[in-house]
Amino acid sequence: MKSSTRYEIRFSGSGGQGIITAAVVMADAIGAFDGKNVCQTQSYGPEARGGKSKAELVISDSPIDYPKALQVDLLLAMTQAACDAYFFDLKTDGLLIVDSGLVEQVPTSRAVSLPFTQIARQQIGRELVANMVALGAVGYLSGQVSMESLHSALLARVPKGTEEMNRKALQAGIDAATKIDLSSLPRSIISDWESEL
Amino acid sequence: MEASEGQKKILLQGNEAIVHGALAAGCRFFAGYPITPASEISEILSVKLPLVGGTFIQMEDEIASMGAIIGASLAGVKSMTATSGPGFSLIQENLGYACITEVPCVIVNVMRGGPSTGLPTNVAQGDVLMARWGTHGDHPIIVLSVSSVSECFSVTIKAFNLSEKFRVPVIILSDEVVAHTRESVILPNQNEIQVFDRITPSVPPEWYKPYAENNRGVPDMAAVGDGYRHHVTGLVHDERGFPTQQPKEVEQFLNRLHNKITKGFSEIVMTKSFEMEDAEVCVIAYGSVARSAMRAVKDARMQGIKAGMVQLVTLFPFPRKVVDSALRQCKAVIIPEMNMGQISREIHRVNQAGTRIIKHNRIDGHLITPSEILKHLISV
Repeated sequence: MKSSTRYEIRFSGSGGQGIITAAVVMADAIGAFDGKNVCQTQSYGPEARGGKSKAELVISDSPIDYPKALQVDLLLAMTQAACDAYFFDLKTDGLLIVDSGLVEQVPTSRAVSLPFTQIARQQIGRELVANMVALGAVGYLSGQVSMESLHSALLARVPKGTEEMNRKALQAGIDAATKIDLSSLPRSIISDWESEL
Repeated sequence: MEASEGQKKILLQGNEAIVHGALAAGCRFFAGYPITPASEISEILSVKLPLVGGTFIQMEDEIASMGAIIGASLAGVKSMTATSGPGFSLIQENLGYACITEVPCVIVNVMRGGPSTGLPTNVAQGDVLMARWGTHGDHPIIVLSVSSVSECFSVTIKAFNLSEKFRVPVIILSDEVVAHTRESVILPNQNEIQVFDRITPSVPPEWYKPYAENNRGVPDMAAVGDGYRHHVTGLVHDERGFPTQQPKEVEQFLNRLHNKITKGFSEIVMTKSFEMEDAEVCVIAYGSVARSAMRAVKDARMQGIKAGMVQLVTLFPFPRKVVDSALRQCKAVIIPEMNMGQISREIHRVNQAGTRIIKHNRIDGHLITPSEILKHLISV
């Protein structure tokens, strides 16, 4: 039996940061606008604010069986607590993206630190849209979605009247990510010999 | 589902797909009380039902919700409610009333961790036997389960059809993972969907006997207000619908109630098999766990293990024939459940061949992972 390819993304942070919204927009872009197989799950606590929040995407070329992440290819951490809690099953050659203002201790050198919250505050004027800035970066660096679809999905999913603010935030995230050269990141020393086993 | 022309992939949550399924099946009345993780069903129907001329009522509690959908259905409108564990407890009383009065209706229970308030945002499968036996008295009922967004759509339509056809409440057991998972799906066009409507009397009103036996075992159902005399009571009743204690009439009535489901067994029971042709060991699963099981079976096959899976879509009446043949075929059967072993009891009951049964139970509020199931597949 052929093994199907899965690409898994985990968005994590604290409740109220818009973690799940960001994941839903990306899932919509991939599933509805790009027409690929995608599965988005989430977990959160009973409290409305605070507490750990995470959302996962599984993207595959074949129908998706297990809907949650098995081994994460890309982890977004918007708080230190989320980074500490959800880093453990990131693939050795996976990519960690963190908010540089909120995650000070980064557990791997294969990481991209961008000041999402600061960009939201300074360029858009609202910290609230830090999730969309991060989504722009995640969408761009993952290579799993077209930027056009991401924009379309965002406009379809955000509340009326906030489209322009969210669109600008998304674009600011994409712009910040285009300056990152992923090939300059150190490669995992484990993945090469492990894949030969 | 294959894409046909003009149909587009959309991203839907399990709860949203239940709404789409209900509307496609002709549901035009919903009464409910919001509760995590079922609230989206109420929320979305409150917007969508009025747009198609339907009625949405937020009730004071789930006892009243169940009463309201029975009333609406008696008036000829396809009706549904949706809740989770604590609300499902309250529904039980009137659920029995729907059973004995043979009122078609659909009840969605999105399972979360229990007992009591339990784990509102976490997944569980603790209400399986409650769905079958929760209301008092020896009653027939149909219980279906869903494991994906596309099944949320198709099984909901099936639930309405079975409910209308057999005049019996149908319970859909979903769970927090299925309910909140969003997937890209293609929904069929309305003209591709088979919808069954209850059979109404063809005789003139003066000849109508609302609970008379017929060759289907399911009496024709007149809507209240259509001019047909229609007495409804929770007491055991005769064919005119009035209370009776005559042993012969009581026996005849209760036997018919059970026999209509027995007669419809092959139509009601739905299962799915995966890689079962040459399987030597298999997993029997339902709900979101079926997806973990499918992954585990694929992984086991990669390692050369002849593994298969039977997914139970219908939980009650229990799919004993399919389970029996899996038990005869395999040397061991693994039953992963997010409870202490509710369906595994049924499987033990069917297990005449003495096949090895391995239970795998997880009750910490998290979905059973493929690797947990794979370990069992490897060890046998």
